[in-house]
Amino acid sequence: MKLAYYPGCSLKGTAREYDLSTRLVARHLGLELVEIPDWNCCGATAAHSTSHFLAVALPARVLALAEDMGLDILSPCAACYQRLRAAQEELKRDPELKRQVEGALGRTFEGRVRVFSLLEALAQLGEEALAAQVVRPLKGMQVACYYGCLLVRPPLTSCDDPEQPQLMEKILAPTKVDTLDWGGKNECCGASLIFGAREVALNLIKNILHAAAQVRAHALVTACPLCHANLDLRQKEVNRFFGTNFAIPVFYLSQLLGIAMGLNLRDLGLGSHFVDPRRALRMVGS
Amino acid sequence: MNENFWSEVNRAAGQKITHCYQCGKCTAGCPVAFAMDYKPHQILRLLQLGRGEELLSSRALWVCSSCQTCTTRCPCHIDLARLIDALRFFSRQAFPQVTRHGMPLFNEVFLRSVKRYGRVYELGLTLQFNLKERKVWRDLDLGHFMLSRRKIRLLPEPVENRKEVAQIFSAEKEGAR
Repeated sequence: MKLAYYPGCSLKGTAREYDLSTRLVARHLGLELVEIPDWNCCGATAAHSTSHFLAVALPARVLALAEDMGLDILSPCAACYQRLRAAQEELKRDPELKRQVEGALGRTFEGRVRVFSLLEALAQLGEEALAAQVVRPLKGMQVACYYGCLLVRPPLTSCDDPEQPQLMEKILAPTKVDTLDWGGKNECCGASLIFGAREVALNLIKNILHAAAQVRAHALVTACPLCHANLDLRQKEVNRFFGTNFAIPVFYLSQLLGIAMGLNLRDLGLGSHFVDPRRALRMVGS
Repeated sequence: MNENFWSEVNRAAGQKITHCYQCGKCTAGCPVAFAMDYKPHQILRLLQLGRGEELLSSRALWVCSSCQTCTTRCPCHIDLARLIDALRFFSRQAFPQVTRHGMPLFNEVFLRSVKRYGRVYELGLTLQFNLKERKVWRDLDLGHFMLSRRKIRLLPEPVENRKEVAQIFSAEKEGAR
């Protein structure tokens, strides 16, 4: 399978390891990724909080570029994924807006490009294809799969059930990792509130970490750079703020898969965790 | 402003505000309701009562994390998250001073980065936001960690076709919706 790859801004910076591990794992699974040339930012929450037009027009340019390539899109970032899908639906729903966007960009839309999250792309490969690559089973490690908001909400752009998503658990099944049943999988991490309303976000992050600790998760697994930044980079701050004692490493789904596939840990970007993952890794002999 | 306000609020997702029967499911599921002055179901009630303008100065608009739980669960299919987006727009118009701090400021600095480079320049965005909030040293330890792990770029990496991105922003300014 060949897909147009849309890393988005985070994967070129704070979520560099998500980019590295996604590309590496994809290559080993026979998934060909072609980066969309000259892609731009999707606008994220800042755009849709400011102007409906910007929220559609910015991702629309990315959709148009992929249309030129004649490929469906893989968008590993959950926020980008939601913005691209939402723009697609809006262009379909609102011909007047579509006309304005086409006018501003000097491009037209046929609307035939599909947008996949990493979860969908991996699930589509099928359990057998994944199982065939697993050389180092993760038996003994208990993880809490964390979906957050944007992958599964709102229903219009959801890649799985908004209340009880299961795709991540399915993808990880061939690795033999123990995926826990827990209550925090689609709670909100606060996303960019960490900048503009810090105490509110810290509260949300604490709740998720608490839910994961309650079921004795050795690690969290995520497929979103914003969730990762909040849960990993801010964990120490949560501990300081609430007097808690969390030390739960947060893996990207692609990293955990890569570990099970026996890929080089450094190549998967495992050196850039804020919360040390080594204890969890030793558990499975990595 | 009044007429404009109501037509925009009604246009937002073309939904029927009158359908809300105040079941409170939005508020029950809202992860940030604890920090809101007006709770999600109260936002809808005020809109029904024609008292929407009271919302424009409300803290709730900027505490909402756009997590879409309310929209997902509403039994009347009202897209409350989308309505809040529309209210934010009018809040900035009515009270330009809200953009001096917190989320509205963050959004503004974020979009300025996108306008300028076509992509977000994370380091510049963070520094500028901290500077404007007069918290220059905030997250210094994190910044150091991230630079040492190459998790943050020193220089921006702009798109080549900046003209096209600029066209999007100028069309928006000219009143395209």
